[in-house]
Amino acid sequence: MRLLNRTAGRLSRHRRGPLAGLVVLLMGLLLSGSLYAAFSPAQADTQPSETEQVAKGKELFLASCSFCHGKNGEGIPTVREGYQVGPSLVGVGAAAVDFQVGTGRMPMVRPSQQAPRKPVVFSQEEIDALAAYVASLGPGPAIPDESDYSIEGLSEEEREEAISRGGQIFLTNCTACHNFNGAGGAMPRGGYAPDLHDVDGRYIYEALLTGPQQMPNFSNGNLTPEEKRDVIAYLYSIRETPEYAGFSLGGLGPVSEGLYAWIVGIGGLVVAAVWIASHTTRSKKTKVNA
Amino acid sequence: MTNQTPPPDNADDGTPAEYAGSTAATTSSAAIDPHVSTHRAEPIPDPGLPEHTWRPTDVDPRAEKRAERQVAAMFGAAMLCSVLFVVAYFTFDIGDNWDTVAGLGASTVTLGLTLGMALLLIGIGIIHWARKLMSDHELVEMRHPAASPPEDREATVAALNAGLDESGIGRRPLIRNTMIGAVGFLGLPAVVALRDLAPGDVLDIDRLAHTIWEPGMRLVRDVVGTPILASEMEMGDLINAAPEALFPSEENGYPELHGVEEQVEKAKGAIIIVRMNPDDITPAEGREKWTVDGIICYSKICTHVGCPISLYERTTHHVLCPCHQSTFDLADSAKVVFGPAARPLPQLPLAVDEEGYLVAQSDFTEPIGASYWEREKHEQQLQD
Amino acid sequence: MSSSSRIDTSKVATTNGTTAATASKPGRAGSLASWADERLGLGTAMKKNLRKVFPDHWSFMLGEIALWSFVVLLLTGVFLTLWFNPSMGHVTYEGSYDQLRGIGMSESMASTLHISFDVRGGLLMRQMHHWAAMIFIASMMVHLLRVYFTGAHRKPRELNWVIGCLLLLLGTLEGFTGYSLPDDLLSGTGVRAADGFLKATPVVGTYMSFMLFGGEFPGEAVIPRLYIIHVLLIPGILLALIAAHMLLLVYHKHTQWPGPGRTEQNVVGFPMLPVYAAKAGGFFFMVFGVIAIMGGLLTINPVWKFGPYDPTKVTAGSQPDWYMGWPDGLLRIIPSNWETVLFGYTISWNVMIPILIVPPLMLVLLMLLPFIEGWITGDKREHHLLQRPRNAPTRTAVMVALMTFYGLAWAAGGNDIIAIKLDLSINQITYFMRVAIFLGPVLAFWITRRWCISLQRHDNEKLLHGYETGIITRSPDGQYSERHLPISGTAAYTLTARDRDEVLSVDGGRDAAGVPAPNSRSEKVRAKLSSWMFSHNVQKPTAGELEEAHHHAQHEAELQSGLDQPVDGHQFDDHRQRDADQVPLRDH
Repeated sequence: MRLLNRTAGRLSRHRRGPLAGLVVLLMGLLLSGSLYAAFSPAQADTQPSETEQVAKGKELFLASCSFCHGKNGEGIPTVREGYQVGPSLVGVGAAAVDFQVGTGRMPMVRPSQQAPRKPVVFSQEEIDALAAYVASLGPGPAIPDESDYSIEGLSEEEREEAISRGGQIFLTNCTACHNFNGAGGAMPRGGYAPDLHDVDGRYIYEALLTGPQQMPNFSNGNLTPEEKRDVIAYLYSIRETPEYAGFSLGGLGPVSEGLYAWIVGIGGLVVAAVWIASHTTRSKKTKVNA
Repeated sequence: MTNQTPPPDNADDGTPAEYAGSTAATTSSAAIDPHVSTHRAEPIPDPGLPEHTWRPTDVDPRAEKRAERQVAAMFGAAMLCSVLFVVAYFTFDIGDNWDTVAGLGASTVTLGLTLGMALLLIGIGIIHWARKLMSDHELVEMRHPAASPPEDREATVAALNAGLDESGIGRRPLIRNTMIGAVGFLGLPAVVALRDLAPGDVLDIDRLAHTIWEPGMRLVRDVVGTPILASEMEMGDLINAAPEALFPSEENGYPELHGVEEQVEKAKGAIIIVRMNPDDITPAEGREKWTVDGIICYSKICTHVGCPISLYERTTHHVLCPCHQSTFDLADSAKVVFGPAARPLPQLPLAVDEEGYLVAQSDFTEPIGASYWEREKHEQQLQD
Repeated sequence: MSSSSRIDTSKVATTNGTTAATASKPGRAGSLASWADERLGLGTAMKKNLRKVFPDHWSFMLGEIALWSFVVLLLTGVFLTLWFNPSMGHVTYEGSYDQLRGIGMSESMASTLHISFDVRGGLLMRQMHHWAAMIFIASMMVHLLRVYFTGAHRKPRELNWVIGCLLLLLGTLEGFTGYSLPDDLLSGTGVRAADGFLKATPVVGTYMSFMLFGGEFPGEAVIPRLYIIHVLLIPGILLALIAAHMLLLVYHKHTQWPGPGRTEQNVVGFPMLPVYAAKAGGFFFMVFGVIAIMGGLLTINPVWKFGPYDPTKVTAGSQPDWYMGWPDGLLRIIPSNWETVLFGYTISWNVMIPILIVPPLMLVLLMLLPFIEGWITGDKREHHLLQRPRNAPTRTAVMVALMTFYGLAWAAGGNDIIAIKLDLSINQITYFMRVAIFLGPVLAFWITRRWCISLQRHDNEKLLHGYETGIITRSPDGQYSERHLPISGTAAYTLTARDRDEVLSVDGGRDAAGVPAPNSRSEKVRAKLSSWMFSHNVQKPTAGELEEAHHHAQHEAELQSGLDQPVDGHQFDDHRQRDADQVPLRDH
């Protein structure tokens, strides 16, 4: 109950904000654009069949991925510094492709243990085609549906429960690497667990399912789909929660707090001390009747 | 400051303060106390305090008035801030439905800003007043040595000796020594009285050797408490798990645990389970049968100082401790590959029960967590 | 001296004299003072202290930051105690923070959340309390550095230095016990590490751990015990030591920078009433204000995001507060496998060295610094004039070396944050630190000492040849040179207002009768150390050297100016009217 009220309340407060006009304009443009797209004649026969998609995916795969992952996605055996440069994609499933390509991690600039997030290279259509092709190599997790990771369908009470349970699961399984705030953390040998702040729920779900790069899996036999959904619900809820206590200083814990104590606190107070003890302006005149 | 011991009365004491510009004390004076530093004003003689110069506010009535108004304005603004604090206190909601400003909690931010500005304005106002309007003539006060004058010291020593003498403490060593002994022995009650900080039955350090794990106990997922099917674990899975006894139910029949007991067992029984390619595992001697199809289980408690660890890299099979970065290789009996830890993570021998769920073959075969003085003894006991 | 600076002293300075001001000046304040004096007899003590003189310099106010932030700690701390419940009893949270509702936690965590989300201003007070604690310890540290770098720890202030070191230790412990109280995930992890430290203590460690926790970790005793230590025991001792620290300050009178008219025998500054009281009082409000604004704007210790302590959970970036960071850093860079088993008992060097051995040793070393220096120099004089850091190159370099050690250990304590923020590898940072922690201080010592000595040379240059004007002249034969002009008399005096260093010689160790001192070996060590400390220093010029240089300069100036009468060179600038280091004059 409370959660919904709060969200609604904040929305209504923002309705008359200075950006509201701009938002309305953008929404209008978006709407007319999508209406056009929906009713334009070209749309009529673009729903590709599965085989077509796989064929298109294979084409894309051969052009962009096969150099590292092999012509048939079988991988290449080269091992560098303890990691396989181009692992096999047989059985990784569509979810892995959607995550890796959809977040811009793949294709990589150069092979490395850490696959950083980059601007996405392919369109969603192309990603779907690639995913269909890789899924055809061997059975693996499919791309989740929005209903899998959304708590929209739940009652108010169930949502609240889901969020607090998700928080506990998050703190048990995820914070060790991704930090209590989802701000990310360091891993051995220059690796890192990425920041989760603006990651879409779908990608979080896919990452849990497929264990990208160094991350362990949280397959459905490990965390049930509901538990994954709860974690995502928790992460969304802390994003939406106001910063009750002021600016979060990066949400990195005591190290950044210590820096602020020294720079803002001690720095500011030393400036004050310098001012207090400094000499004031002097006049050339002398006081006559002193 | 009022209860300060008055400085010893000597010639210097009570010398009226002198204004800048009058004769400054020179260091060439012959009668310098030997305890006082004899910094000599050479090669350049001390020119004495410089002439006093005046501030605009001293000589210009307009400047003076302006400064006065500035200070008063700051005090006035401070009052306003205090009132605004009260307004903010009653205006902004907290609790279930926080008001926000720019995504921040409105109550905290406005209360902090109004209180802070009120205080800052008072502070800046007072200091501005002091800098611009209060007399800024520097005063000179003479120092005196920290030591008391010799005659005072002699008198004190004499009094001390007289007192000691009259007590006879030097002449009666028997009394002196027994008294010292008696007071010293008071240390015993003082120390012993603290013994029950950990009362009798809980001060049993041998408890550190054991955890709640026992043969056949199921491994369950932490937080939700559901048992784990070995067949459901996929390659690369990491499960943060706990002993089933911490999630008692009618079904599993474990007794309800309360408060302290639950926390203690939780702190010792936490585990991580990973599944890797069985070929990657280098089993230690005698541990060949401790894994189930590449599923391997270790204590989650770091052997360094006891942080829970689960920062697992699935391709290298390394697990990192977020507290001090000890790194363990789970494929190789959790040996330390980096960081301050000295010992591998204890491994929990695994099996599956008839329903296919993961169970423990036994308790850990060594004490879990941080090292302690008696650790080696406990390990010996466990292995015998 | 101009006669205009002589003003009527009777109006202002009487209280510093032999008679109390109140006796001769009845008025409202006066009659109140008499009323009090007739009952409390304050007149005698107050007559000297009301107009006690304090010198004015920004660096003398660093300790004040510590004092005032301690006052803020007391005030905000009392506010927090009104709601905080230091109990480890288990409750289910039903307060206002959505994400934790329905979660089991200790009462202390639940009451912390209650203060944060259901008490108006509670979150502000919590944050102010925490920021004030961080600033309290940081300001004690910068104050300590100021005292040491300027030689204010020398006789007669050695004991006040020791008290200051104890304050720093107690402040740190107070901080640790304080941030452990909410029983959140981050602080609980710290408490568990502390349990590991206790257990690493040889022989009694395991028992100490059981005693603190009332049984096995985590038990349910530790939070109430830390609470009473935090709100009663340590603050009580802190208060007593702060009082002693301030009484000694008043008794010794504050040190001052050397300058014209400022000698070892006097103290020049503003009287307690009104100027110093106003400045100090005003500074209190400013410290309070800055802390309030920080508390309102900057999140600190968001316990609701950590969640309640659970011994099976942990978060990345598990660090202690900054002042515990350096032992934590040492703990991180100790190499693997430093554990031995002796006669069947386990000795954990990997925990003992960074936690139980090095920090206490560092503290003892810190406390002994004034005594070590006093022994090496053999200086038994009282010192009230401060030294510029450059004029004690070895001492300055020793502290910079210690700071480098501290700083590197501290940085090692944040190696994971450094790694993600600067795209480095924690492993590489750790390997680097293992070497740097030994090499860094040595390098820092060497660089600092050379730097100080060259600054001393620079000072002598200024004294002997004047300052660089930036005016380039061309001589008739085409040679370019920069004109140097003499510095003002007061500046020159201030530069020379220091002692000449004396290196102790070995044969000095004889008593009055000429018999060699019995401990001549220690005397030899002492002479060596004294030479190590002083022999590189540059001494101020003698009167002869100065005179010669001035003659030379005057001659040069005559030649260069092309004038045929003696000149001092100041026709090129306006230093005849004023001193370079004084504030500019403004016309009104």
